[in-house]
Amino acid sequence: MLKKIFGFGKEKEEVKEEEVSEEQEETKEEKTGLFKRLKDGLSKTREGFVSQIENLFSLYSSIDDELYEDLEEILIQADVGVHTTMKLVDQLKTEAKEKKIKEPEELIEIFQKQLCQLLNEDVEQVEESEQPTILMVVGVNGVGKTTTIGKIAQRAKNAGKDVLLAAGDTFRAAAIDQLSAWSNRVGTELIAHQEGADSAAVAYDAVQAAKSRETDLLIVDTAGRLHTQANLMEELKKIKRVITREAEDMKVEVLLVLDATTGQNAISQAKLFNQEVDVDGIALTKLDGTAKGGVVIAIMDELGIPIKLIGVGEDLEDLQDFEPETFINALFDQ
Amino acid sequence: MIFEGLAEKLQSTFDKLKGKGKLSSKDVKTALREVKLALLEADVNFKVVKNLINRIEERAVGQEVLDSLTPAQQVIKIVNEELTDLMGGTQSKINLGAKSPTVIMVVGLQGAGKTTTVGKLAKRFRKEGKDPLLVAADIYRPAAIKQLQVLGERIEQPVFSMGDKQNPVDIAKAAISNAKSNGNDIVIIDTAGRLHIDEDLMDELEDIKGAVTPHEILLVVDSMTGQDAVNVAENFDQKLGIDGVVLTKLDGDARGGAALSISSVTGRPIKFVGMGEKLDALEPFHPDRMASRILGMGDVLSLIEKAEEQIDAEKAKELEEKLRKEEFTLEDFLDQMNQVRNMGSLEEILNMIPGVGKQLKGLNMDEGQLDQIEAIINSMTIEERRNPEIINGSRRRRIANGSGTTVQDVNQLLKQFTQTKQMMKQMGDLQKGNMGGLKGKMKFPFF
Repeated sequence: MLKKIFGFGKEKEEVKEEEVSEEQEETKEEKTGLFKRLKDGLSKTREGFVSQIENLFSLYSSIDDELYEDLEEILIQADVGVHTTMKLVDQLKTEAKEKKIKEPEELIEIFQKQLCQLLNEDVEQVEESEQPTILMVVGVNGVGKTTTIGKIAQRAKNAGKDVLLAAGDTFRAAAIDQLSAWSNRVGTELIAHQEGADSAAVAYDAVQAAKSRETDLLIVDTAGRLHTQANLMEELKKIKRVITREAEDMKVEVLLVLDATTGQNAISQAKLFNQEVDVDGIALTKLDGTAKGGVVIAIMDELGIPIKLIGVGEDLEDLQDFEPETFINALFDQ
Repeated sequence: MIFEGLAEKLQSTFDKLKGKGKLSSKDVKTALREVKLALLEADVNFKVVKNLINRIEERAVGQEVLDSLTPAQQVIKIVNEELTDLMGGTQSKINLGAKSPTVIMVVGLQGAGKTTTVGKLAKRFRKEGKDPLLVAADIYRPAAIKQLQVLGERIEQPVFSMGDKQNPVDIAKAAISNAKSNGNDIVIIDTAGRLHIDEDLMDELEDIKGAVTPHEILLVVDSMTGQDAVNVAENFDQKLGIDGVVLTKLDGDARGGAALSISSVTGRPIKFVGMGEKLDALEPFHPDRMASRILGMGDVLSLIEKAEEQIDAEKAKELEEKLRKEEFTLEDFLDQMNQVRNMGSLEEILNMIPGVGKQLKGLNMDEGQLDQIEAIINSMTIEERRNPEIINGSRRRRIANGSGTTVQDVNQLLKQFTQTKQMMKQMGDLQKGNMGGLKGKMKFPFF
């Protein structure tokens, strides 16, 4: 079997993998998700980006209500949300009127520019940072925090950084084991207490360890919590307070992990996490399915929190830098 | 609370409708547009919303609705019926096999909450006196087996695992024979989280299904899921034929539109909802109640039904006549009050009226006051009840003594009655042209 998710039993399977890899190649092409195809294909180029939307708009001979309605439909179905969708489309209508746009193709360019402008923000990935960094990873249950941490650790390791992980999720059954599996795999050290321990204490120990070992990047895992659970959000604030207080010369960053299959609730998640612990960036996971994760457009629009990373698959290299053009193109891929 | 945000939006939409005596088809369309937006904001799938709104509109702009005395109520009734219909009517339970052990397979995307749900289900069965065996068939996610083992320990039920090196199909098969020899009457299989488009893994699920022929396949879905919920549900259903859905993480502020989408697309019922991280936070799902909750109307339908049950159509017609001829008397007043009281306690009734329950929260409804009114009227002669104008000072004193109240109380009632009568006359004048459409339904002048 070719199941190499999370790399278990990978060594043993490697030989087998090579034997079948060629015939597997074709079927893999079909079953892989939208973003993976985008990633693998030509669509990373500007040409590809334009063509997707152009195809869509070329069905119309003129700009009419139907075109706008279809555009709305596409955006809503991509989870952009009613509010942001109507705002974007209204902007487009106004601009089309002002500039007296007649051709659907011209309209596309404007729309594309609008979206790109909205999403394009210069971000620095943690592994690019000169300054030693503490990355605190937060999010609701089941979005893929621990997995994302494993992948970020690998990216940083590949960039030649010294990485330390902290098992701050002391609540969920076996969460510590899960992170420990990742630390073994990536080859990093792990600071962990037992299950049920105070996660702020774990964070404290981890920061001390990071300082004394002169670690480049410390990643602190936290337990998944619904943003509406006031006491758990208080706990999160406390963890951040402890980290910030002890950080000294280390930079502190908060990464919010969002699940791309989440709908409009993601806005509420971003709002509340941002309110409590000041989110610096978003990692959007699970984009390898059919979900488009358009809600991040609404989040960017309403809260201005940049998307830093996207998760497009289970392999280590499937955590990628966010590229607005690829993302926007995928919204229109049907 | 689940659906609360959605409920608020829909309610304010209908409040606007209710302000209007008569509805034009344009009014209905405007309101339905807001319903549409509210549903979309709650993450109900675009296509599901479109179909739903079309169906409602078709029914709601009919002449019967628009001509009725309570068009807004009628529209709400239609919306409620359609929503209930969409979610599958009444509550559905887990299929238990005729022969032990019953096999339940739990499937879903990564992070939906499968393993936790397995633990919660097991705890529920244990409470019912059953002896479930939990099966760790997720060999891919690091520490998934450990997680299930920890849960098993917490609820004191056995967990079957063969490590992460065995094929999940073999694990499932071995688990069944293990359950048989140990006398476990229920087997709950925790499968690996997977993308619905990951064919290898979906094939594996199919293989497990083929090997153990489960009595029940439950799809676990995160209630925060957006537009993609339909794709996920459709894929799992097509591949495996799911029997029911468990909606998780409903303790947050998700509007839970996914529930509507999934039921609508697959026609499979939502059987349970997860309401928290604690292992007993799993509740049965009632579609009919949920529809009412979405509309924030508690039970307006039961109210209508109760009213129809309790209120004599003939009497109502008579009352209409009297209203029109301005012959409404204290006797009718008492009669009507008793009819309303037959429907239940005042508080109960008020709570069933949309919007009212919320406004009256904390307000103590005084049932005693109604008793007092009844006593006062009962202490009047028939002549006095039919013709209150003749009640002079000495009559008032007699009535007060007879009913154990004070003259002020009697005065107050008479004043209220006169006001009510005036109000009803005005209403009667307004609606003169429409009396024919009343057909047994009546309004309650005192509320």
